[in-house]
Amino acid sequence: MAYLELNNIYKTYGQDEHATEVLSNINLSIYEGEFVAIVGFTGSGKTTLVNLINGLLEPTSGEVLFKGEPVQGTSHERGVIFQNYSLLPWLTVGQNVFMAVKEAFPKKSKNELNAIVAEYVEMVSLTPAINKRPKELSGGMRQRVAVARALAMKPEMIIMDEPLGALDALTRGNLQDEILNIWGKEKRTALLITNDVDEGIYMADRIIPLRPGPNATLGPEFKIDIERPRDKTEMNDNANFKKTRNAIIEYLMDIGNERKLEASEEFILPDLSPKDFVNQFK
Amino acid sequence: MKQSITLGKVTKFMGLGFLSTLKDLFTGKLEKEDFINFLRKVVVPLASVLLFIGLWHMGSQSLYNIEAEFKIEKALNDQGPAAAEAMRECIASGDVSCKPNTLPSPAQVWDSYKSLLRDHNIISADKAAFIEKTAALNEKRIAEGKDAITYTGRPSFVDQIFRSLKTVFAGFLLALVIAVPLGIFIGLSPTLKSSFNWFIQIFKPVSPVVWYLLVFMIVKTLLIDSNEDSSFTISFISVGLCSMWATLVNTAMGVSSVDKDYINVAKVLKLGPFQKIFKVVLPSSLPLIFTGLKITLSVAWMVLIAIELLAQSPGLGLFVWEEFQNGANDSNAKIIVAMFVIGIIGFLLDRLMLTIQNWVSFDKTDAI
Repeated sequence: MAYLELNNIYKTYGQDEHATEVLSNINLSIYEGEFVAIVGFTGSGKTTLVNLINGLLEPTSGEVLFKGEPVQGTSHERGVIFQNYSLLPWLTVGQNVFMAVKEAFPKKSKNELNAIVAEYVEMVSLTPAINKRPKELSGGMRQRVAVARALAMKPEMIIMDEPLGALDALTRGNLQDEILNIWGKEKRTALLITNDVDEGIYMADRIIPLRPGPNATLGPEFKIDIERPRDKTEMNDNANFKKTRNAIIEYLMDIGNERKLEASEEFILPDLSPKDFVNQFK
Repeated sequence: MKQSITLGKVTKFMGLGFLSTLKDLFTGKLEKEDFINFLRKVVVPLASVLLFIGLWHMGSQSLYNIEAEFKIEKALNDQGPAAAEAMRECIASGDVSCKPNTLPSPAQVWDSYKSLLRDHNIISADKAAFIEKTAALNEKRIAEGKDAITYTGRPSFVDQIFRSLKTVFAGFLLALVIAVPLGIFIGLSPTLKSSFNWFIQIFKPVSPVVWYLLVFMIVKTLLIDSNEDSSFTISFISVGLCSMWATLVNTAMGVSSVDKDYINVAKVLKLGPFQKIFKVVLPSSLPLIFTGLKITLSVAWMVLIAIELLAQSPGLGLFVWEEFQNGANDSNAKIIVAMFVIGIIGFLLDRLMLTIQNWVSFDKTDAI
């Protein structure tokens, strides 16, 4: 049985004639221990999809099942890493993580909680910055805090909403490795939302493209049969990688072209030509 | 070296950054490129102060002449040339009986300031002597279960300042205690918001005088049995009610406009309602709450004068009113002294709030 299941999900914003259907007919199954990536254009409804899964939003119709139970509201079992870090700026790194841990394990003593905080801050190698506030950190460091906060709650499933979207390529690569490391160690189910096909191929077991909204729906899935641990440099020469990458990009390009064709309105340009100044001065 | 850094930081923190520039001038640490900055921050304000005093002096001089000439003219028309000549001599001699009473010059105000201080010293000495004289008697009276004899002489100008400060802080605390919790509730609940909205919109623009009258009606009845002077109670409640609106509106706005990301975090972490309010909503709306409190304190100080005047509650407002009624030859100068004292204390209160705001708030906003 699937660990997380989305059955015929529709989501509309607004009502009656103002309604826009953002997601339509979304079906998705994720199995335990799997790493799934959903790839899509910006504005295709990815964040809405994530919020449906983590319980911040409710679908207009259809059901989200987590371990066979319908999702009602948020839960500590599903940890979320937000796109824009969402750290509380008035708390230090340690306090941000501590707040999450305290909510997740209300019965543990303060010392135990502090030990968990220290462990996860160390895991994202931010121990020297544990008493700093988010404002004093770089973008990459902030995102690592967000990762530590989500993981320290020991969720059974990690949902990542474009977690590395705002970072530079180098930091991005490092953090991808860190997340994979942690995922490999604790073998949790993971769902990654991204707009970067390479990132998806590097990290996930399966990639599912999201056709852009309105009326966004999921496309056919692509299996990534590259053995772990994956090596970025070697992967570039891997025939399998090339094939999958090309297939996904082709699919996404086709969608893009389809969209262009849909915009069939014609714009007539005025018939103008530059004045002939040269002759005027003669 | 280290000390100068901390001083610079402290003054900047309190919104008094110009002090550190002044200090750099005396320690000779000013770099050449700082010179323009120095001109702008120290020389220009000083020059404008001098210009202001100069204009004031000239203005008061010309007002003095207008009134003097009018007096002489009047004496000429009413009583003839001899009386006019006598009036001219009288004015020139600076005699109190015929001195024109108009806007005082800066020098007169300064003299009045010094005379008020002298007056304060005399009264304090008198008070100390009185306490010493009655100490033994008071001990005896207390032992017998009677009330101690207290000094009932005239309060000095400095005493009035402290009484005003006491009233304004009592009023400010009242505003804080009412407006911040109410603002939080209104901000959290759209139902409460719509039920309080008309109330806020209607009562916010009501004038301090009317608030005073309203509070007077209520407190007078409530304290009908009491023989004690209720003017302090009435004035601090009026000050609080007058000034609390800025805090109420700002708190409600701050609480209702918390960044959606933070609310999402609170939801994902499944924080309880109390945790959510104290760990997420309040910290994130603190900057706005403090902006409201800052406005409240300055409004409180502003309306205090009018309310003290009406309530006959001792303080600077009453001082101003009594001097105006008094009409002595230095009354106008004393009123101007009070005006400057009120302005300077208002400025210091504002800086005090800014310091507290910078201290508690995560968002270190610059001085406005």
